[in-house]
Amino acid sequence: MIRFDNVTKQYPGGTVAVDDLSLTAPTGRITVFVGPSGCGKTTSLRMINRMIEPTTGTISLDGQDTATMNEAELRRGIGYVIQHAGLFPHRTVLDNVGTVPRLLGWDKKETRERSRELLARVGLAPELADRYPSQLSGGQQQRVGVARALAADPPVMLMDEPFSAVDPVVREQLQDVFLDLQGELGKTIIFVTHDIDEAIKLGDQVAVLRVGGKLAQISDPAYLLAHPVDDFVADFVGRDRGYRSLQFQPTPRLPLANERTVVLGESVADLSVPWVLVVDDAHRPLGWVEPSRIDAEVRTEHLHRGGTVARASGSLRGALDAALSSPSRRGVIVDDSGELVGTVRAHEVLSLIEAADRPDEDRASALAEEGS
Amino acid sequence: MTWVNDHWDEIFTLARSHVWLAGLPLILGLLIALPLGWAARRWTRVYPVLISTSGLLYTIPSLALFVMMPLIIGTKVLDPINVVVAMTIYTVALLVRTVADGLGSVPDDVLQAARAMGYRGFRRFFGVELPLAVPVIAAGLRVAAVSNVSIVSVASLIGVSQLGNLLTDGYDRFITEEILAGIVACVVLALIFDGLILLGQRLLTPWLRAQGARS
Ligand SMILES: Nc1ncnc2c1ncn2[C@@H]1O[C@H](COP(=O)(O)OP(=O)(O)O)[C@@H](O)[C@H]1O
Ligand SMILES: [Mg+2]
Repeated sequence: MIRFDNVTKQYPGGTVAVDDLSLTAPTGRITVFVGPSGCGKTTSLRMINRMIEPTTGTISLDGQDTATMNEAELRRGIGYVIQHAGLFPHRTVLDNVGTVPRLLGWDKKETRERSRELLARVGLAPELADRYPSQLSGGQQQRVGVARALAADPPVMLMDEPFSAVDPVVREQLQDVFLDLQGELGKTIIFVTHDIDEAIKLGDQVAVLRVGGKLAQISDPAYLLAHPVDDFVADFVGRDRGYRSLQFQPTPRLPLANERTVVLGESVADLSVPWVLVVDDAHRPLGWVEPSRIDAEVRTEHLHRGGTVARASGSLRGALDAALSSPSRRGVIVDDSGELVGTVRAHEVLSLIEAADRPDEDRASALAEEGS
Repeated sequence: MTWVNDHWDEIFTLARSHVWLAGLPLILGLLIALPLGWAARRWTRVYPVLISTSGLLYTIPSLALFVMMPLIIGTKVLDPINVVVAMTIYTVALLVRTVADGLGSVPDDVLQAARAMGYRGFRRFFGVELPLAVPVIAAGLRVAAVSNVSIVSVASLIGVSQLGNLLTDGYDRFITEEILAGIVACVVLALIFDGLILLGQRLLTPWLRAQGARS
């Protein structure tokens, strides 16, 4: 557990970067600091491992005031990932990952084994181990950065906009890898971002900071979307928050309709429906086709690929989007193995949403209390 | 070529002492410039002082410095130490800035990452900052090497022998071939120094030539 008690940081120039910040980041959870540029996120983060000393206030790690701890030891027990990865250009990928273990005095062989294991964990091919950072793509470098931070298995991880500098597709992949890893490892993480969508996707708890370093609101993401405390937070969480909050609704049972399907290569000439769903041999959906436009068997180039596919166990947001994006207006729903289980219509999803409750007030600080 | 053919031994002896007089100060100067350059980075107020002082030192004519040395460090007038110390001063003057700039060329995010991982003091300097400063420092060292090889030849005027003797002696006795030999020998020596530094740099920076590097 990381705890800020009335922490203020005023830089020598007079800028107050962090103003009377008090919050608790519970053990084993991801706490996201989010806010516009210059609101003191980086400063807050760096005060935890004492790269920056607070002007007043205390920060404690599992009850121990960090100001009383040995600086280097403190840092070696805290993984740190930054925007451009900050990899050492003069060391191979493997040696980069082994940095902290070596500093801690592990022997060479042990360090290399651990480093290889971590590269695999973050989804990097073993042959990248002997490359230098300049030979990797931005996304790969960022994975190495995460592996390096995890190398000595620190209980705490600080991440400063680690995925901000990569393109959106890679960013999503990195986020997913990160969530997978966290699911296994259960680190206490503080994650800094200026991207509210990222905050909401990754955070168990989200702290919104405003310029001047004041905490505007802290709560779980669903509550934040449903009940922003003021105009600043409402503005910051942005448009579509009603729609986006659907991803946190517990998924009720969807009213699925059976869908008539054809397999790729079958003829659809005798079908009189406007749209029919094409599946592969394993009954996985491939796309919709219009039988009226095809005179023989269905081929891949006939497929309309505009529709999204949602998982039955996924969020209502996914189900609604599947319905809205489908050319037939019937949203395609699959099970966890990708097999078609049926289709659902937008109005059916909407009825479910109306029947469900909005996140309510008493969830406001459930996480924060759990931690203290 | 007759003069050269008759004087190979002498040329080699002079060249050997030239190597010492130019090379030793290069190494000593680098060793002194490293902590000074580091200090210039560490304390921002030191930087301008060091830079202007070293710039000033470099403007002192070499002959003047050679002549003044015995007065400053109390050595004998003909002692080669005078030349070594004076050349070391020149080298330091050239390299302080280079070292400071080299350390300054290390990307900030790399430094922050090193700090965050618990790197400190000597280990950070030798493990992260210095290796990354090598390309800039090596470039400065090459300039210093060539400049040392040429400045040292002036030492003949204060009686410390090295390849410069071929120039003064050739001039005194109107032996053009001897003068030419002196010039060629100096150039060859400078090229050898340069090549050695380049080689050292390449050995120390394999990451700069990694296959398929993106930047
Ligand atoms: N070393 C520093 N000296 C003076 N002011 C600083 C320093 N670092 C950051 N600041 C100022 O403190 C504020 C917060 O900065 P920072 O923590 O980097 O914000 P963020 O990471 O949210 O963008 C900004 O106004 C910034 O200009
Ligand atoms: Mg920042």
